[in-house]
Amino acid sequence: MCLAIPGKIASITNSQPLTRAGKVDFGGVVKEINLAFVPEADIGDYVIAHVGFAIARVSEAEARRTLGELQGDAR
Amino acid sequence: MKYLDEFRAREPVQRCAAEIRRVVTRPWTLMEVCGGQTHSIVKHSLEALLPPDISLIHGPGCPVCVTPVDMLDKAHQIAADPRVIFCTFGDMLRVPGSTTDLFGVKARGADVRIVYSPLDVLEIAAANPDREVVFFAVGFETTAPANAMAVYQAKLRKLGNVSMLVSHVLVPPAIAAILSSSTNRVQGFLAAGHVCAIMGTREYIPLAQQYRVPIVVTGFEPLDILQGVLMCVRQLEQGRHEVENQYSRVVAEAGNNHAKGMIAEVFTVVERGWRGIGSIPASGLGLSDAYRDFDALKRFHVEESNPADVGECISGEVLQGIRKPNQCPAFGTRCTPEHPLGATMVSSEGACAAYYHYRSPTPT
Ligand code: SF4
Repeated sequence: MCLAIPGKIASITNSQPLTRAGKVDFGGVVKEINLAFVPEADIGDYVIAHVGFAIARVSEAEARRTLGELQGDAR
Repeated sequence: MKYLDEFRAREPVQRCAAEIRRVVTRPWTLMEVCGGQTHSIVKHSLEALLPPDISLIHGPGCPVCVTPVDMLDKAHQIAADPRVIFCTFGDMLRVPGSTTDLFGVKARGADVRIVYSPLDVLEIAAANPDREVVFFAVGFETTAPANAMAVYQAKLRKLGNVSMLVSHVLVPPAIAAILSSSTNRVQGFLAAGHVCAIMGTREYIPLAQQYRVPIVVTGFEPLDILQGVLMCVRQLEQGRHEVENQYSRVVAEAGNNHAKGMIAEVFTVVERGWRGIGSIPASGLGLSDAYRDFDALKRFHVEESNPADVGECISGEVLQGIRKPNQCPAFGTRCTPEHPLGATMVSSEGACAAYYHYRSPTPT
């Protein structure tokens, strides 16, 4: 039940701090997600969503670093 | 899909597995804490890619599985009250209490509703002012900020007909309980990435130091898990026991301060019973004094139950990694997802259900 998946913020539908929300695209399935816990996340950013709330913004730089480390491992 | 496909690609997964085989020189036993990781390991047959020296054991990381029987019995009593609309995440419906499950209570006429988000509960309450709307708030640290936000907003919106049956659990005390047990076999942990997305990584440092175990915060995709195993095994081979972060694209060292702030506002740390394990001090969250009006146990009179004997179910040992699901005599015969004897067979993230869905019932 801790399932949490990455999706891309397509639009911001509410910008009040507590009820900040947006449409988030999970590979074609779009859901309204509360964004109050990720005030730094904006349109185009990827967030990890769980039970209707974004819990973290995905860092592209860190994702690349993780994938890159593995390339290094092979050498 | 971005941030999924790259971490499932065959070639890097194979390369990572080869690197693990190269690094390992002796047997090591690791535990993945989270049920989502267990699910991924079994679904993608990741154990088949690992050298035989590496054993993975499946930890207690499924909140549905560890919700104690007496809490389910209380949920069933409250749900049966004709004034009540009882809201729950779908996973909880078929978890057996001592006599029935929420499905059974619903079949006898109770108004039990599945919600996707705790915020749905507020809308149900606003639309039904003459009913009592109760939410079964379960989960680890991952779910706690969302459930806390629902309580916070209920108070703000003066929704007097909302209450929560809270059975939240915390991961680090469970890890400590496993490590201090005399039967412990775990030498390294893959910590649950989404729990750490909220809480950060620092609270694991004292555990790694005190018990001299590597703890690697790990994600959920096949490549994440293999890389987590590799980082853990490297530490073991080198005699190190540190906290490392494989899942840095999501987990910051400090976690999510906004989410942590909401947890601290609404909840307080309490002793909590874990199904199959027993009571663990300071291992759960309950409503803090400022929010006690939202406690369903204060609003409804419920009888204390005496949970029945768990019979032949060994889910307690499964949850602690002492035995594997397919070592249970009932596995796949008397106990199946359609007729579960224990909670680890009910939840799709429970170790028994994961084994049932993805592999044959012969012991390995
Ligand atoms: S297979 Fe069923 S009876 Fe056996 S431990 Fe798992 S849940 Fe319990």
